[in-house]
Amino acid sequence: MVPEIGEFCLIVAFCLAVVQSTLPLAGLYRKKDHWIAMARPLALGQCFFITLSFVLLVICFLQNDFSVAYVARNSNSSLPIFYQVSAVWGGHEGSLLLWTLLFSGWVMMVTLCSRHLPMHFLARVLIILGWISCGFLLFLLATSSPFQRYLPDYPLDGRDLNPLLQDFGLIVHPPVLYMGYVGFAIPFAFALSVLWGNENDLPWAKWMRPWVLVAFGFLTVGIALGSWWAYYELGWGGWWFWDPVENASFMPWLVGIALIHSLMMSDKRQMFQGWSLLLAILTFALSLLGAFLVRSGILTSVHAFANDPTRGIFLLEFLGVVVGGSFGLYARRGKRFSMPLRLEWCSRETVILLSTVFLAVSTATVLLGTLFPLFYEVCTGQKLSVGFPYFNSVFIPLMLPVLLLIPIGPIITWGQNQGKELIQKVQWIGVLSVVLGAVIPWVFTRALSVSVALGVSLGIWIMLGTLKTAYQKSRQRGGVFKLSKGALGMIFAHLGMAVSIIGITIVSHYQIERDVVMKPGQSLEIAGEEIGFEKMQRTEGENYLGYQGHFGVSVAGKKIAELTPEKRVYVVQGQRLTETAIDPGFWRDIYISLGESLGEESWSVRLYYKPLVRWIWLGALMMAMGGLIAAWGRRTKGGN
Amino acid sequence: MNTLRKRRVWLVVILSSASLIVTLLVIQALRHNLNLYYTPTELQTADISNTQKIRIGGLVEKGSLQRGSDLIIQFVVTDLTHQISVQYTGILPDLFKEGQGVVASGRLNGKALFVADEILAKHDENYQPPRILDHGS
Repeated sequence: MVPEIGEFCLIVAFCLAVVQSTLPLAGLYRKKDHWIAMARPLALGQCFFITLSFVLLVICFLQNDFSVAYVARNSNSSLPIFYQVSAVWGGHEGSLLLWTLLFSGWVMMVTLCSRHLPMHFLARVLIILGWISCGFLLFLLATSSPFQRYLPDYPLDGRDLNPLLQDFGLIVHPPVLYMGYVGFAIPFAFALSVLWGNENDLPWAKWMRPWVLVAFGFLTVGIALGSWWAYYELGWGGWWFWDPVENASFMPWLVGIALIHSLMMSDKRQMFQGWSLLLAILTFALSLLGAFLVRSGILTSVHAFANDPTRGIFLLEFLGVVVGGSFGLYARRGKRFSMPLRLEWCSRETVILLSTVFLAVSTATVLLGTLFPLFYEVCTGQKLSVGFPYFNSVFIPLMLPVLLLIPIGPIITWGQNQGKELIQKVQWIGVLSVVLGAVIPWVFTRALSVSVALGVSLGIWIMLGTLKTAYQKSRQRGGVFKLSKGALGMIFAHLGMAVSIIGITIVSHYQIERDVVMKPGQSLEIAGEEIGFEKMQRTEGENYLGYQGHFGVSVAGKKIAELTPEKRVYVVQGQRLTETAIDPGFWRDIYISLGESLGEESWSVRLYYKPLVRWIWLGALMMAMGGLIAAWGRRTKGGN
Repeated sequence: MNTLRKRRVWLVVILSSASLIVTLLVIQALRHNLNLYYTPTELQTADISNTQKIRIGGLVEKGSLQRGSDLIIQFVVTDLTHQISVQYTGILPDLFKEGQGVVASGRLNGKALFVADEILAKHDENYQPPRILDHGS
């Protein structure tokens, strides 16, 4: 019964979505306020039924109901209980339901937090969100219902969750990432509502900003979690692969940053409103494109689930309608937001405009690299892949100007600045960061390359510039704790960017990777730390068998850590899995993963020394924090 | 020219030169970093220099895996009509198995040997490298 009720809830939610997207619309044209007012309760009802159906799917998993095809494919009775819950989003259908659930959660937040918005504006937002909701639910019901039964002879036990997904990182990564993705639907709906209506001088940029900031925060944490998971779970020590699916989340992130900054200008200076609206549309379009790329399986990657052409076609059509419709609307109605360019050359406006343009262009190059194999295959029939050197050699040069501009943005003021004054303000920071960027790496390694110096200098440049702004702002305000939430968020986010940049630069250039053959009793020195292979044991878990290696890490004869990497075989699918062992640290990680048994007790072993690798994710967390702090500030301000 | 006009001209100049630079950057990078994909059968007829980086894919032939000293590994990739030997130094991914699909990227060394610097094995038990299905069974 449970799965049938779940399916029924989805159908009810779909019907509510259809009414939500049509009744208030009719109300707008027929001037019937009580029809318009229906939008809010309908949205809440929809959220209720989707939540109910999600809970019912979780119950199916907890009851090990293998007559449900999706449960049978992704779970197993021997799976630990928290993985049984996370297996709900371990496959295509469930993760789509999660996606829809989170989307309806966002819609609920909009209906609850936007009482102060004009009724017609909000009604248009909810109508648009209703249309999107119709699309998601129809896709779910028509092509990928998680409640389908495997009757009459269903399997006695399930095929088990992919062992790679049996991990804490993968419990939290998809929900957080999806929160970010679908969160961008809100600014998108706001932007369309602005274009659709005839009102002038609405402070829509102010209304939109907190939503963008929160979505950005979630997306940042989601991407960081994915990268962290890949780092310790895939056993290769890599944290970014320029994989199509990673790019799919990276592109809305980049455009999202551009949107945040462009909205600031639209809000405070009433400038570039057209550009902000376009960016809001683009961000959501790229989120949907990401969903299309992942879900259609059109680009094979480690993330792509089994392919089904009908799904791909549905998503492509949906994407076409959303993107085509919104760009069409922008083309027809966007003109009244385009204003003659009245820019002072040396001003904060120029700095922000330049960085957003650079961000958009670098996103375009990532998009090109991601889709190029597809175009190429369609045109020539030949398969190819775009190697990651493409992304590094195009994306990095395009990001350099953005990084250079980051600390200048807050230092330079709105309107015309004197070039000389500006240079005076930043010259010492500039000199200091170049010197430190060259000296610090040299002191530690006695070697220096241009790219290391460049990366570290830029990181320090951003740090010092941001700290200078923080110091001056808090002096004006009379204390660090009196800083506005917006300024605090900016400081956090910019410092986070600096931390990530330094981490990326150092780990890319100074990591040491050694693949070796080792026997128990042997040891090896890596970057001044002694790693000894002590013994190998058999081990056993709830649903796997395996080997566990014992390694000691010692510095100057003193043991500082014991690491136990494992090689597991998951019984149900017979899949092998490498469980890495990491001795984490603020300054460096020691990373060990087991290869294979080569006979006579010897094993192939992968030993990595990763300096400052944690800074990458630490910086990402700081950026996300910054976004959320700024959003909090906006919210409290917007309320009164 | 008035200032507004002047500014527009400057803007056009800057924008067009910037887009030119970006285009050049992209073309240059694409030219050097496209890795074409071949099956063993296509390798027979294709004209590929030994310096060009490519990707090959197929099934790992059963019983063909040999280990040398110091993590050197050699195996045969087949698409059920033709074969090619692949050499790799390092640790194989977990999903690498004889009889299963594999994609290797690297360079040819003569006609019969492929020296790989990266081995990818696929997640899915049912995964087949592109175009093997059409040739075989």
